[in-house]
Amino acid sequence: MLDDFFIRALIAGIGVAIVTGPLGCFVVWRRLSYFGDTLAHSALLGVTLAYSMEFNIAFSVFIISSLIALTLIQLQKRTNLPGDALLGLLAHSSLAVGLVVIGFLSFIRFDIMGLLFGDILAVTVNDLLIIWIGGALILLVLKLIWKPLFASTVNYELAEAEGLNPDRAKAIFTILMAAIIAISIKMVGLLLITGMLIIPAAMARNISSSPQKMVIYSIIGGLLSVILGLFSSLEFNTASGPSIIAASLFLFILSLLNIKQSIKLKN
Amino acid sequence: MSSDQNILVKLNKAGFSLNNKWLVKGVSLQVEKGKIVTLIGPNGSGKSTTAKIALGIYKKIDGSVEKYTNKVGYVPQKISIDWTLPLRVNDFMVLTESLDKESIDEALSLTGVIHLKDKNLGDLSGGEFQRVLLARAISKKPELLVLDEPVQGVDFTGEIALYELIKKISDELNCGILLISHDLHTVMSATDHVVCLNGHVCCSGSPMDVAKNNEYKALFGEQASQILSRYEHRHDHVHTSEGEIKKN
Repeated sequence: MLDDFFIRALIAGIGVAIVTGPLGCFVVWRRLSYFGDTLAHSALLGVTLAYSMEFNIAFSVFIISSLIALTLIQLQKRTNLPGDALLGLLAHSSLAVGLVVIGFLSFIRFDIMGLLFGDILAVTVNDLLIIWIGGALILLVLKLIWKPLFASTVNYELAEAEGLNPDRAKAIFTILMAAIIAISIKMVGLLLITGMLIIPAAMARNISSSPQKMVIYSIIGGLLSVILGLFSSLEFNTASGPSIIAASLFLFILSLLNIKQSIKLKN
Repeated sequence: MSSDQNILVKLNKAGFSLNNKWLVKGVSLQVEKGKIVTLIGPNGSGKSTTAKIALGIYKKIDGSVEKYTNKVGYVPQKISIDWTLPLRVNDFMVLTESLDKESIDEALSLTGVIHLKDKNLGDLSGGEFQRVLLARAISKKPELLVLDEPVQGVDFTGEIALYELIKKISDELNCGILLISHDLHTVMSATDHVVCLNGHVCCSGSPMDVAKNNEYKALFGEQASQILSRYEHRHDHVHTSEGEIKKN
């Protein structure tokens, strides 16, 4: 069954969606969408590194994204530049350096479109293992840091005062962000990973009344987006990443319609 | 004072500076089990800063702070909650510690907001939210309660009831309370130890001692001392069950 590229893509996408659901909620709550973008842009550098050194892509993307995240934290401490300027600086410079390095690696054939927008044909059985094992690890760690992370998202000082160590939770969460980008880059592509994180979560926000519900709806939204997106990608021969994100946008628009009200009007 | 093992938190010449400006400096105080320590002082005198030093929120401090408990309940003076989070009162109650339903309901009933349990936090009024904050802090049965203006925005009758509740909690749970309050009546009637701040400790001691202090008078004016005299008066007689007033 795993011989079929479409089945592989579907299994990979489902794995990605289950992990991006809860992480995406935190990205929305903590206003980290631009931070996610920065990590994703820097992933290109990780990919080129992987190709030139014949290294595993997910692993090398994870390393580079983590390094960029650490650099950001250091820059925030040492300069007076505002956070968004630093994020832009890191995002575009790491993207640029990545593209320049690609230019030097002319002996390797690159599928840049696949890198930027995802390529379901490229998902191997090996990738499935990385997504599902890596994803399970990410969710496990997220579960362990959930309480301090969530409490400090609501109010940092309360979490700190009541002994939850929010700084450690934040640092670990940053690593998890790098990890999710690493495992989902082949599916969604590096330009659209943040969309996979925030659009299902934003959709979930519109229809949920508690944080737990928002996480569950976000996962469901991600799963539906992946399934819808991949089938249309197959049907219309479009890139997998944009198809998935477009499907999630469709769900988001649906969530804006006030379903309860329309039912009332009908009655 | 009582023995060392009753100490919950102890500040030793603690101070905190931000952008080369001292917010508060040289504060020594300790909170013990079952005692209420109150910080008073004008705006900007470093009351909230002192509370945050005691809680360990500020880390790069001058002097030292020794905290002997991790069971802490905190009601901050200002709290900004991001409404990108769908958060009901019930979710907020278990923010820092998992609690069973009984503890949540009990705490919300004590502060009179049990009917708001399933409401969205963003839909509460200022006073209601303040009651929820207090309920959350006491629900986990802490050893140390730090209350920074806990009744701000609460209606007048509610204010009295909540202060009585705070006093009751201190007795029942035998927890230490670090209280910041502008209400001198409460400070004088329910507090074991008063620390008067103005960027530094200008005086401290029992409420009576502090109120007699000249620096206190200079800081708060004559009216504040009169509040004290009223309290002194209050203690020199008892009301009998027949309604008579009997001198001690």
